[in-house]
Amino acid sequence: MSSATLETPLASKLDHSGRVTFAHVVRSEWTKLRSVRSTLWSLFAAVVLTIGLPCLFAAVISSHWGTMQPRERADRNPLDVALAGVNLSQLAIGVLGVLVISGEYSTGMIRASFTAVPKRLPVLFAKIGVFAAVTFALLLPSVLVAFFASQAILGRHNILQVSISDAGIARCLVGGALFVTAMGVFSLAFGALARNTAGGIACFVGVLFVIPPLMNVLPSSWNTSISPYLPNNAGRAVFALSHGSDTLGPWMGLGLFCGYTAALVLLAAVLLHRRDA
Amino acid sequence: MIEATGLTKDYGDKRAVDDLTFTIRPGIVTGFLGPNGSGKSTTMRLILGLDRPSAGTVTVNGKRYRDHAAPLHEVGALLEARSVHTGRSAYNHLLALAQTHGIGRRRVDELIDLVGLHDVARKRAGQFSLGMGQRLGIATALLGDPATVMLDEPVNGLDPEGIHWMRNLLKGLAAEGRTVFVSSHLMSEMALTAEHLVIIGRGRLIADMSVTDFVRRSSGSTVRVRSPQAAGLRDLLVGPDVAVASDEPGLLEVTGLTAEQIGEAAAANGIVLHELVPVQASLEEAFMELTREDVEYKAVLPTHHEEGVPA
Repeated sequence: MSSATLETPLASKLDHSGRVTFAHVVRSEWTKLRSVRSTLWSLFAAVVLTIGLPCLFAAVISSHWGTMQPRERADRNPLDVALAGVNLSQLAIGVLGVLVISGEYSTGMIRASFTAVPKRLPVLFAKIGVFAAVTFALLLPSVLVAFFASQAILGRHNILQVSISDAGIARCLVGGALFVTAMGVFSLAFGALARNTAGGIACFVGVLFVIPPLMNVLPSSWNTSISPYLPNNAGRAVFALSHGSDTLGPWMGLGLFCGYTAALVLLAAVLLHRRDA
Repeated sequence: MIEATGLTKDYGDKRAVDDLTFTIRPGIVTGFLGPNGSGKSTTMRLILGLDRPSAGTVTVNGKRYRDHAAPLHEVGALLEARSVHTGRSAYNHLLALAQTHGIGRRRVDELIDLVGLHDVARKRAGQFSLGMGQRLGIATALLGDPATVMLDEPVNGLDPEGIHWMRNLLKGLAAEGRTVFVSSHLMSEMALTAEHLVIIGRGRLIADMSVTDFVRRSSGSTVRVRSPQAAGLRDLLVGPDVAVASDEPGLLEVTGLTAEQIGEAAAANGIVLHELVPVQASLEEAFMELTREDVEYKAVLPTHHEEGVPA
């Protein structure tokens, strides 16, 4: 720039009345979240998968319905179709959850963040709050769109029709969005604990997708008594229409998953407070 | 004002900062010098509360950094390690930090212009050159209009124009009455900008003195004498506080006496001199000399100068 600005290094005095408040940190975290590409891509992928897969599955089922056996037809469930995308969007949201905090560690941004907010914990809690709010705000409409769109596609062949006012349907749809949101926070906590992207993703993928199949190695009596309490299985109970003896109730399940998440966040908060940044 | 008392930091078995006690006074540029790995960056991280001291305390304007309600108004820091998300634009980086203190967008625009990043403010910081990164770091440090500015190796990676800009900036900040604490491993750089020096080696305080004192102590310490009667002159000069070295016949390097004293001693004894030259040690040499044997050096403790605070 011109040398004119060099002679008077600070163009103006600043009003020093500003304080670090939680509301300020929330605004800051919102700016951080919306201003990196990984956020936009991950959220875009989550929405597209949440809506796209149910539409695709609905179309496939519709076109094959005529050749399907009665038993096969009986196995199809309209809610499974509507929520098919949740299984993949939870992965996109989970990866983003890790990145939201691990990206700060890998780039060194965390030092700037903690210099601005040296009490540190507001940064973690504001991150969680903003990320959870954004995820839920996007996922709930996406799940609803997925439901109505897949129903419309199936409706053209007059098959697998349910109403959102039918017992449990609305709860399952809202529950699906809540589950993905909780999954995002769950993985964010792993990102905060591992402090690097690969480690954070490995932890959350391990807990969700590697531990459950390992349960099959155990005696089946162990398996049936442990499995319902595994994080993923517990959380998924909230969008299961029927609950047998081997699954938790919907809110009980989601509550347990949120409990695991809260425990991880607590651990992350303690370490964040104590470790050198 | 930054005050460290017995500041100590261990990383495992390694002691990075060892019982540092110093005061950084307002209104002047204080240079923080030491060889690479001497603990300068660690000290700065301790000041900011990024790392916790193993022992001792450090306060900024009377309080621990983390206890300030608006820390960016107290200290602005440029750390040596990059502290910017590579995927975020310079503008959004500054905005996100400003928002933690309720600082508005106008201030962000102002600082982007000040450091000359206007044309690249919307580009991702990961694409910045080292020099642009340093400018963004300066903008970050000045964001809160802080009373204390702390910069770790700010001229690293800057081109000559950038170095010149940085020097003027440091002087300007001090002239505004701010506390400026700037680290470097280059004595020559500090001699141009700093008024006071805190020198550390292997984490320990070696010297805490004004640049003027440092220059006085380190220059003219050796006198080169050439004489056909060198052996006789040597015997004449050597004493408890005087060392005489000789690299070639007829040439002496005398430490501990001035050129005048040597000349007069030679005249009184009828010794012929062909050359009598005070050798000016460069500041860089003096600094290297000081830090080379840092373990053996005791701290030259605060020789605080009542020179007052220049405007």
